[in-house]
This record gives sequence, C-alpha cells and structure tokens, in this order.
Amino acid sequence: MGKNDQPVVRMSGITKRFLDVTANQDVSFELHSGEICALLGENGAGKTTLMNILFGYYACDAGEIFIKGEKVNLSAPKDAISRGVGMIHQHFALVASQTVLENIIVGTASRKGIFLDLASARQALVRLQERFGLQIDPDARVWTLSVGEQQKVEILKALYRDVDILIMDEPTAVLAPAETTDLFNTLRSLVKEGRSVVFISHKLNEVMDISDRIVVLRAGEVVAESNTGETNARELANLMVGRELLESIEKTQLAPADPVLNIRGLNVLNDKKLAAITDLNLTVHQNEILGMAGISGNGQTELSEVLFGMRFPVDGAVQVNDRPLKFGSPAASIQSQMGRIPEDRIDTGLLMDLSVEENLILENHSSAAFQTYGLMKSQKIRNFCEDLIRAYSIKTAGRDATTKSLSGGNLQKVMLARELAGEPSLIIASQPTRGLDVGAMEYIHQRLVKERDRGAGILLISDDLDEIFALSDRIVVFYEGKVMGEAPGATASREQIGLWMSGVMA
Amino acid sequence: MIRFRIIKRKPLPGWAKIVIPIAAILATLILAAIPILLAGGHLWKSYYYLFHGALGTRYNLLETFVKASPLLLTGLAVAFAFRAKFWNIGAEGQLLAGALTATVLGVHLGSIPPVLVLPIVIIGGFLAGGLWASIPALLKTKLKVDDVVSTLLLNYVMIHIMGALLFGPLQQPGSSWPRSSAIVEAACYPILMPRSRFHLGIIISFVAMLIIWFINKKTTFGYQAKAVGTNIRAAHFGGINTTSVILWTALISGGLAGLAGVGELCALQYRLIMDISPGYGYSGIVIAMLGNLHPVGVLFSSLFFSVIIVGAQTMSRMTGVPTYIAEVIQGMALMVMLIFLLFTEYKIKVQRK
Repeated sequence: MGKNDQPVVRMSGITKRFLDVTANQDVSFELHSGEICALLGENGAGKTTLMNILFGYYACDAGEIFIKGEKVNLSAPKDAISRGVGMIHQHFALVASQTVLENIIVGTASRKGIFLDLASARQALVRLQERFGLQIDPDARVWTLSVGEQQKVEILKALYRDVDILIMDEPTAVLAPAETTDLFNTLRSLVKEGRSVVFISHKLNEVMDISDRIVVLRAGEVVAESNTGETNARELANLMVGRELLESIEKTQLAPADPVLNIRGLNVLNDKKLAAITDLNLTVHQNEILGMAGISGNGQTELSEVLFGMRFPVDGAVQVNDRPLKFGSPAASIQSQMGRIPEDRIDTGLLMDLSVEENLILENHSSAAFQTYGLMKSQKIRNFCEDLIRAYSIKTAGRDATTKSLSGGNLQKVMLARELAGEPSLIIASQPTRGLDVGAMEYIHQRLVKERDRGAGILLISDDLDEIFALSDRIVVFYEGKVMGEAPGATASREQIGLWMSGVMA
Repeated sequence: MIRFRIIKRKPLPGWAKIVIPIAAILATLILAAIPILLAGGHLWKSYYYLFHGALGTRYNLLETFVKASPLLLTGLAVAFAFRAKFWNIGAEGQLLAGALTATVLGVHLGSIPPVLVLPIVIIGGFLAGGLWASIPALLKTKLKVDDVVSTLLLNYVMIHIMGALLFGPLQQPGSSWPRSSAIVEAACYPILMPRSRFHLGIIISFVAMLIIWFINKKTTFGYQAKAVGTNIRAAHFGGINTTSVILWTALISGGLAGLAGVGELCALQYRLIMDISPGYGYSGIVIAMLGNLHPVGVLFSSLFFSVIIVGAQTMSRMTGVPTYIAEVIQGMALMVMLIFLLFTEYKIKVQRK
C-alpha cells in the first residue's frame, strides 16, 4: 500500500463533549492516502463523533485538524466536502421519491441556462459506475432500491463530488454478506486509485478482512493502533471491550414439539407490486429457533410484515397456535400470542418521543389489567413497567424518560421487554441485533435462547450469518421469496448456506 | 470572525414551563410598545388602559371571561386535534355548524318541556360541530386527503351554507337582513352574575378544559391519541385502531368548536347573524399553539387573548390607538412564544475564530 510520509488527514488532541458526556478525549488520528483505516470500537466509543468532526458536522471543543497538510477550520460539511472529505452515515441522506441521478447531482448540477444539464451529468455518472462497478439504474426511484443499492447511490454521490477521503459509518450494518463483499470490492478499487477510506465498524471479522490499519477507540480514547497484519481478532476484541469476549451460546438440546407457526402457500407482493414471496410453506415448532438466513431484500421484510399484520398477502394461510391468523391487523397478531420484533425499531417498533413507560404498555394498555372503563390504572402500569425495566436491566433515567434518550441496545431491550412480557408462544424476531454492540447482542441472544427453552417457537430472520449459526436449531435459506434449502443448525456448513443465499442450488 | 451556532441544551427544570410563558408575555408587551408608539399613543397610558379596560372594573373583568369562553373552546378544539396530528384548521366552520344547529333547535323547540330545551341545543351543537369535523377526518383516513386543506376549505363551505339559509329558510319572517328569528327563552344560557353577561357557557368551557385535561392524562383514549400523534405507524403496529382514534378526535375537537358557536348564539346574540364569529376558530389555532397544546396552557392563553381584545377597546377609546393593535399583539405573542419555546430546547453558542 502506498503510504506517503504526509498523511492526508491528521487530527490531534481532539476533545468533544456533549453536555456531561465526553465523546472524544484528546484523540489523535491519522489517515494516509491509499489506505483503508478501520475505526474499531463498541457503540458509544466515540468513533462516529470523531468522524463527524472531520466531516465538519460537529465542531470540536479542542484540537486541530489538518487535511492534506493544511490546517482547517470546518464549520459545516460543505467545508469538508470542498476539501475532498465525504461521509456516508448509517441513515442515508437520499430523497426517496427522486431518481438515482437526481439524488446524485443535487447541489452540484451543471446547468445549461436555467435548465439542468442532465445529459452530461448522466454521462459522468455512467463513467463512474463503470470505473467502480457500481451498477444501478440512474433512473430508478430511490424508494424502490434495497438498502445495499441505496448505499451504492451514496458512494456514487460522494465520488461524483470528487471525494478522495471517504468515511463510512458502519456501512455493513445494513448489508447482507454478499452485498458486503460487493462493498469491500468497491472500497478496494477506491484505494487502489490512491483514495483513502475510513471504515467505522464494530465487526471484528470485517475489520480484519478489509482494513490496512486499525485504530481502536474505547470510551472516547484511542487505546490501540496497529497494522492489520500485526494483530488478530482476539486481541482486538479484548482492546475494544476491555474484557475477554467469546460468544458461545449455551444451548440445551430440546426436541421440537407442536407447531406454533404454520405457513401454507403464502404469496405476497412488495411495494412495487412484484412478487416478494412465492408459495411459501414454513413451520416453526415449540422449543425451536428457526433461523431464516438470506440476503436482505429477498422477501424477509414482507414476510415479517404479513405476520405482524402490517401487510396483506395475495393468498395463502397462516396458522398461529393452530388458529388461523387474521391478516392485515396488528391487533389480531398481538392477540394470537405472537411476540413481534420488527427490523425497524425506530420507526415501527417504538414511539421514540414518548416515555419508556408509554412504550412498554403500547400493546396491552387496553387490557383489563391496566384499565377499567377507559381509565388507566396508573399504579398497576407503574409497577408493571418498573418490573420490566429491572428484569431487562434497561438503562434509563426512569420510566418517564423519553425513549429517544436511550442507547440502541436499550431501545431494543424496551422492544423485547414489551414483546416478551406476555410470554408469547411464537416470537418473530427480525434482525434483532442489527446495529447493536457486542454486549447488547449477547444479551439479546441469551434472551432468545431463554424464550426457546421456556417453550416458545422463534422465527429468527437475520442476515448476520454468525447470529444464525449461533442460535438456530434449524436453518432455512430464503432467496427471491422462496426457501432455497434447509439444514439442521448443528451440522449446517457455512459454505452450503452461502451458496443457497446466492441462489445456487447445490 | 464571530460565528453563531445553534446547539441542543440540557433539559430545563420543571419551573421553566411556568416562567417561560410569563417571560414570553412580558417580552410581547415590551415589543408591542413599538407599534403603540408608532400609532402615536402614550406608552404608559396605553398600557394602563389596556389592562384597566380588561381587568379594572367588575363589569370589564366579567366581560373578559365572556370573551375568553369561545376562545378557550376553539383553542381546546385545535389543541386536542393537533395532539393527535389531526390538523384541524376548521374550528371556524365547526363553530358555525354548532351555532347554526343551535339556531334551528332553539327556534323550533318551543313546544317541549323547557328543562329539556337547553340540553338538546347544547348536545345538538356539539354533534353538529363534531360531525362537520368528521368529514375531513373520514377523507383523511379513508382517502388520504390532506386534512389541512380539507378542514380549511370546509370553513368556506359552512359560511356559504349559513349564508344561503339566512337568506332563505332561516331568515326571520319580514326581515330583509340575513338574520334568523330569535331562539325561545328556554334555549338561552342563563346569566349567572347580576349586572353582567357572565353566562353558563363560561362554566361549560372551563369544565370542557378539565375534561380534556382528564382525557389526555388519564384515559386510554388520551394515550392512544398521543401515540397516533407521535408516530402513527408505530401506533398501528402496536394494535391501536388509528382510524377510530382520528375519527373520535375529530368528533370531540369539532364538538368543542361547536360548543363555542352554541355559546355565542345562546348567551350573546340569541339569533343567528352572519358575523356571529369574528374569527374565533382561527384565533383558536394561535391560542392552542401559544398554550403549547396543553389544556391549562390553552386556558391561560385564551385569557391573555381576551384581556388584549377587551382591553384594546378601552385603550383605543382613551388614547386613540386603533383597536387593531390587539391583533398585532396577538400575532407578536405567538411569534415570541414560538421563539421562546425554541430556546427551551436549543441555545445559541457564540464562537470566535
């Protein structure tokens, strides 16, 4: 890797506080041209904050920033972009109703008089796509794209602005394995041209795979820095969490009993009115975790939405606990003794502006236990919520605290506490640990196993293969709305699952 | 170079909820000095007569309550709807629907037992306002029609329905003016204080405030409306029947505005006229925002508005400053309050570079 003596980015003594919280404490960071530098750390370690400072999104309280040897004062992202620094956040900044091309040229458009010069912009875009293998229809509306495709649009947007220092915040959190491979190829071709990439992540294997150099942050400070070849995953894990970390889920062997979920001949359309799920048959038993692996965008979201009552299928039948499920009614799904953990906990699962208590009682506030004649029994509700906060060790200022003040892991605990409080016989967990740090992930995994041991049947929809392998008693692979293959969790081979996920029947 | 940045601040302590509105009102009064001086008024005299005119004598004080009653009801109507994100801009039309129905009932119910007349008129007015508001609610929930537009436009529909009736079947026989016959005596709100216009409607509006407060705070419906207003998708996911919540919200909201119309008719005018409302429905929007959508906040902001409106009459008479100043002050109050509320969440940081 061509490292020059002169780093393209040098940050020194960076300190940033938010109210009482110190996000970065005297952090120094260097990035060289032509390298992929990983910023590794748990959620809340200060990785994103540090990069937001480099991107001009936050002003630091102390410290200096040099970009390409020049001391800079960044007061807005546009200052950073004009110096070639681009950042792609976890939540994309795309206009869903506009096309790929329109999203990419926004704010930069070349003009002919008062008209946009779309033709030459399109040519420039197509050239970029060919150069980096980022194939997306420039005229597709962004809302019709999968998350992985939207990320490509974001990368193209940065490249279109001549960004040569690209910061990617947890880019794989939303991607499936194959999409991740694609992304890594793109990143490699970027650095080959002398551009530099900062890769923010808490996934060790990916960091080992993609980076040239690793900087580990813990609690706002740099705790280690190393060339990737000179370290290993175990060492990094220790640095990152400050303790030995080895996820191994203790699981007793249980014989699956009666079916709790039975799906027969299910056909579902997606938002584009195209087939998302075709003739699906699936059964989940008591005492069983059925892991549904697959690249996201193959119908998993639509399947969970049908089960949650958020989407009508075209035809088919679903039985929960031997009773037919009424479609299109979240209330009916709740009634059927189904615990529902949606992949999108922020917009669908939780009421972020309401209190923790108001979220915990969402599904049973009108049950006889919590109201009579429409009057809420506040004492009963309070006890119920305080018990849950304790039982799930939810870290919050109190049951009255606004939900959005909680960290990602604690948000998911609120979600779990609410959904599992009624001891459901069926649990649909869709991407339950997406975007969570290792500690929270472990907690949630153990919870799910506990629920299985209690007797629940669990449909675990996940694109994290490690999670699928760690938890599943049985694995099915979902590809283009169909089950590609099925294997027992104990003996399934990664290679086989991987082939099925990419649509290869072997 | 000095730069200003807007940054989030720590949550303010509880007393801020009381101090900030008071500070906003004081700031408004200071700012209002500018137009008063521009209008050639004497500053201290103007303020003296403004407050003296609203609060200084027993009659004026009671008049301030008379004025506050419809403002409180329309303010509550808007606040209750906005809390569930049903953007009801149509309190004016719902008020007129209430007044119109009260007129029809009040004119024709002469033959039933007198004790039943007033309850029927009140319930009728409430339902009329509520049903008028449920039209845009149905359009919103069934056909996804934008509620801001439909509630607003239905105001004009109602004004013209009223006009057509007042020039037609409702017109007082023999009159050439667009006005109805007088309602029967049993349909009139009783006056509760001698030598004043302090009427039953004032008590009704205050009780309505308490009921709305109670619904918001203590009932499952209040909880559901809040959930729907915060995130309708998550509320739906959680099993709440969002369509029914929006419809009931519209019914109650429109009903409150309808009650304002009943009050104006049965306590003050006794017959329907075209300008039964000087825009109370629109003032309700400002009052709801000024009161931060909280029933108690709405109570105080409606009182503040009525002080300004009533006091401006005296101020104008005594100092020659036009009564339009009252509307200027109302507008300023909202702007100042919104800015103050912004600063409860954010602060400006000055950076020197």
